[in-house]
Amino acid sequence: MSERPLSFLDRPNSYIGKSVPRPNAQRLLQGRGVFVDDIRLPRLLHAAFLRSPYAHARIKHIDTAAASRRPGVVRVVTAADLAGLCTPWVGVLTHLKGMKSAPQHPLARDRACWQGEPVAAVAAESRAEAEDALAEIAVEWEELPPLASAEAALAPGARAIHDTLGDNLAFARAVDAGAVDDAFARADAVVAETFTFARHTGVCPEPRSILAEFDPGDRRLTLYCSSQAPHMMKEIVLRHFPLAETDVRVVCRDVGGSYGVKIHVYPDEMAVIALALLLGRPVKFVADRLESFVSDIHAREHRVAARMAVSRTGEILAIAIDDLTGIGPYSTYPRSSAVEGNQIVGLTGSWYRSANYRARLRVAFQTKPPMSQYRAVGHPIACAVTEGLVDLAARAIAMDPAELRRRNLIADEAYPWKSPAGLLFEKLSHQRALERMLELMDYEGLRREQRDLRAKGIHRGIGLASFVEITNPGPAFYGVGGAPISAQDGCSVRLEPGGSVTCAISVTEQGQGTETMVAQIVASVLGVALARVRVVTGDTERTPYGGGTWASRGTGIGGEAALQAAKALRANILDLAGAMLQAAPGDLDIAEGWIVDAETGARRIGLEEVGRAGYFRGDTLPPLTQPELMATRHHQPRDYPFAFTNGVQASWLELDIETGFVRLLKHWVVEDCGRMVSPLLVDEQIRGGVVQGLGAALFEECLYDAAGQLRNGTLADYLVPMAAEMPDIEVAHLETPLAGTELGAKGIGEAGTAGAPAAVMNAINDALAPLGARVSEQPITPARILRALGRL
Amino acid sequence: MLTPARETRRARWEDVLKAPSFAYLRASSLAQVFDALAEHGEDARILAGGQSLVPALNMRLSEPRLLIDINPIAALTGIERRGGMLRIGALTRHSEVGASPLVARLAPLIHQAIPHIAHPAIRNRGTFGGSLAQADPAAELPACVLALDAVLHLASRRGERAVSARDFFRALYETALAPDEVITAIDVPVAPQGTRSVFVELARRRGDYALVGLAAEAREVGLRLVFFGVGNKPVEAGAASAALAAGITAERIAAAQAALARDLDPPGDLQADGATKLHLARVLLGRAARALMAA
Amino acid sequence: MSESVDIRLTVNGQAVARRVAARQSLVDFLREELGLTGTRAGCEHGVCGACTLRLDGAIVRACLLFAAQLDGASIETIEGLSRSGEIADLQAAFHQHNALQCGFCTAGILVAAAALLRRGGVPSRAEIRDFLSGNYCRCTGYHAIIDAVEATCRARAGKSAP
Repeated sequence: MSERPLSFLDRPNSYIGKSVPRPNAQRLLQGRGVFVDDIRLPRLLHAAFLRSPYAHARIKHIDTAAASRRPGVVRVVTAADLAGLCTPWVGVLTHLKGMKSAPQHPLARDRACWQGEPVAAVAAESRAEAEDALAEIAVEWEELPPLASAEAALAPGARAIHDTLGDNLAFARAVDAGAVDDAFARADAVVAETFTFARHTGVCPEPRSILAEFDPGDRRLTLYCSSQAPHMMKEIVLRHFPLAETDVRVVCRDVGGSYGVKIHVYPDEMAVIALALLLGRPVKFVADRLESFVSDIHAREHRVAARMAVSRTGEILAIAIDDLTGIGPYSTYPRSSAVEGNQIVGLTGSWYRSANYRARLRVAFQTKPPMSQYRAVGHPIACAVTEGLVDLAARAIAMDPAELRRRNLIADEAYPWKSPAGLLFEKLSHQRALERMLELMDYEGLRREQRDLRAKGIHRGIGLASFVEITNPGPAFYGVGGAPISAQDGCSVRLEPGGSVTCAISVTEQGQGTETMVAQIVASVLGVALARVRVVTGDTERTPYGGGTWASRGTGIGGEAALQAAKALRANILDLAGAMLQAAPGDLDIAEGWIVDAETGARRIGLEEVGRAGYFRGDTLPPLTQPELMATRHHQPRDYPFAFTNGVQASWLELDIETGFVRLLKHWVVEDCGRMVSPLLVDEQIRGGVVQGLGAALFEECLYDAAGQLRNGTLADYLVPMAAEMPDIEVAHLETPLAGTELGAKGIGEAGTAGAPAAVMNAINDALAPLGARVSEQPITPARILRALGRL
Repeated sequence: MLTPARETRRARWEDVLKAPSFAYLRASSLAQVFDALAEHGEDARILAGGQSLVPALNMRLSEPRLLIDINPIAALTGIERRGGMLRIGALTRHSEVGASPLVARLAPLIHQAIPHIAHPAIRNRGTFGGSLAQADPAAELPACVLALDAVLHLASRRGERAVSARDFFRALYETALAPDEVITAIDVPVAPQGTRSVFVELARRRGDYALVGLAAEAREVGLRLVFFGVGNKPVEAGAASAALAAGITAERIAAAQAALARDLDPPGDLQADGATKLHLARVLLGRAARALMAA
Repeated sequence: MSESVDIRLTVNGQAVARRVAARQSLVDFLREELGLTGTRAGCEHGVCGACTLRLDGAIVRACLLFAAQLDGASIETIEGLSRSGEIADLQAAFHQHNALQCGFCTAGILVAAAALLRRGGVPSRAEIRDFLSGNYCRCTGYHAIIDAVEATCRARAGKSAP
């Protein structure tokens, strides 16, 4: 696997590479998780929001008097009431040249720009009473023309949604690398397709939730929130509310799913903080499922016109794309809403050798809910466009699609590699991954089965999709653009007097297994049992400073910080043990909770003896010995802007050509995320990600009418993937460790979602091919398939 | 189960999911129900299984002043054979109907339909009569009772009356049930020897309301084809059925599929437009007819 | 006939008497009045299955019932099923297979799966998927959940994995 020397991580009792059950899952299995809605505080108030029923409308007048008189209602506020309390924000990143957006406020001021934008808030003794009061708020609206589609928003003469911005172009980018026109001119075949991707949303099982507790006595604010990034959230609060850095604490206990949804600044959550400040009482807001559909970020509304040039010998000569996306009326704060499009431009085609690449991106404002980063930002689109083109090209030159990939994927020996759009790949394994996949799925066998069944009128399809995945983003991602988002993470590790270990780390847990991963690393380095490590996350007052968990950075960055902190503590422990035992620290080691003779493994003293001596019996230590039984280390990626991973997915499905229904039979993933700390957790990240991608491919779509009204904003009407339609998912791994860190881990959170829609789309098109039909619009619904087949 | 696709453009967007205030009456007898209905009229709603009503209450799409809970009335539950009829109490849960050997034997169409209704936890609570009273045009049971020529027994303080399924379903969510009436039981004619039943539906996901469904019952007296999810109520496909009257053959199936355009003019919904629904109805018709041929 | 209703019921084997607002859902009653927060409100319109619990032995959605309806009823929640040990093997299998991530939907899925287990026998994977088709999980992709339920069915039936 790797040529690197054996380290602590490779020792016999190491937990690295072992699948251990998550210690913190036990309480969740007994229903004892503590999510924000489970927290009970005295004098707690509940917030509910009146939201705009229109996609675009002027607020001429709001009368809250009747609502304020309802039983149980403590306060009804509108934008005017919060004006001095919370400063507005603008969601732009300064390094994305030319990007613009308009100031946003907790409650819409004189105009609402999407159906669902919060307009007034009620704080009451119960959520039901707050909802009762909403009906009593009288708003006089003047409807304004909606601008629902990105095309319409950018059409010549379109009225700017925000007058001050001049037009509706939030961001644009162009790439032109190599000799694209030449390549298309000399190609034996050129394939072209316009791919469309429906707007969809995250649908976290636990909706967005926040509880703001403000003590007017000492002006201290404690936020309990369902968030991935507590330190960022604190920084945001400090930027926009009149509070001191010492007086704000953000606590994230259990988080019921997030997937990128819970990392943005939402106006209603800012309004809740303002209400707590205003009222001096704790205020809780748990978005209900209906308002989640119109207030959580959406993602993925893109239309990509794409072309590929290929030679008859199967060389991909050039790729060109033109991406148009609509992001709602504001760029989301603080990560912006341009990153998805930006990543599509960066990623498309990047895993193939072709040096000729042209891309154009236009990001438009429109009157729909804001879009922003959701799991696998941009990847599923870049992958579907690229892999869709590859399959088209294979068909055009009558070459097997696996063979065309084999001939064009970057060679495993070619690294480091720079893509035409400028992405730097340290070391990837596309060729090996493809070969492993073909063997895992028995590609040739499946092709035979497919042919045999076709003869019997059964239409099955095979779809392949190679991909790269962006993980471990460095400081050049957000920090450089002025966002208060840390690219580094820190970990403190402390030996307790009884010989156990407490570890506090700034990466966070939303069920991925962050705490287990950290415990595995720390236990392995310190030579203690996993059960002897307690990991603390999600509290700005109890953990070192850091970015949190997003963009697949928990293991690659947080894990490395944990590794280095544990190594430092190990050295300190051995120093102290050496002093106690009058031995050279280098002659000692720690194993199974004991200080042992490094050479023979003979047990000398237990860790608890070291702990007790350090904390209680300084009198027994040699003079000038100062025990340091806690160590802190930080890590941030510096060598490369990102750590890329790679992989390939495959889908096997059956198409009912009479009904257009698709039955997913099997799904495979081969991926390379560098060193795996826990294969079990890696598999589960993959599988969960795949199903989010399958949802996008087949089911999920926020359906809007021309007036900008959401037509399917209930969980009955918005179709999430459920167990009965999902296939078994087989996962296999390669391990190409990341250089530049000792752990060698890359991320894994996006990979499943990145490749699944492409694999399914290609499989459907593979099944459709003999019938002369194809689809390029996701989700691929029965109606769209029937239309492609000409049956309607 | 939940129906309301919130298609209607609302002047407010309240996004509420806590039910509004109402008074609650736990009824232990029909007499009590009748009294309450007489007194409160349209301000009262009957609460049976609640699997459609409660979501509507939570969304405040319905704001009754009084909820009359009929669940304690034991007389409304149960399945028994009464001569040529199978009587199903209105309050009988879907799961009981699905597990009943009597239903499996005497009303196999209903037996086939039950597993398509939502999910186990919903079927444990939802009721046979409640589904008919709700009259969702995409629901399974209204189509079944229409295909089976069932008779619904309605009762009020004014007395009892029997209404045929054919007369019961009137328009979108509209039935013959008067505001002061309750469905007490449903009589389903027992399937004679040689009856063939086929129930098929196409739903995007397991347990979802169907895009299109078909309840088909072939008895000596004739073939009944009732589609659901294709109109504002279950729709009997008379022309298609007539095309198959002389016996099912491949040619006649094609003729029946063609004739379906005379029976159905499906409105579109979130999942499919009318043309797609008509196409899918034809596919289901073909499949059901071939299954009947084979049965 | 009133907007508040007196109820007496059994919750996890314990007698409970309360006066409740007629409009209070069972899931809110358990969470707000009894502190039984293991039953979760995920959608409040009967779709996600996170509030699945047992009413008189049968699984139901707690967001589609009012507490006022439950006079004389017996309720079992994840807290009760955990304490009784009835689903200890299922919980262990979920732990072993990592059949949960964020844990928000987990109680509902366990209670639903327990109903399938009570039927006995070893259902196919497709049957397990079908039975759990009304329980939404966004994290796991369902595969591990099916693994864990299948393994528990097999163990209870005294059959090892194929």
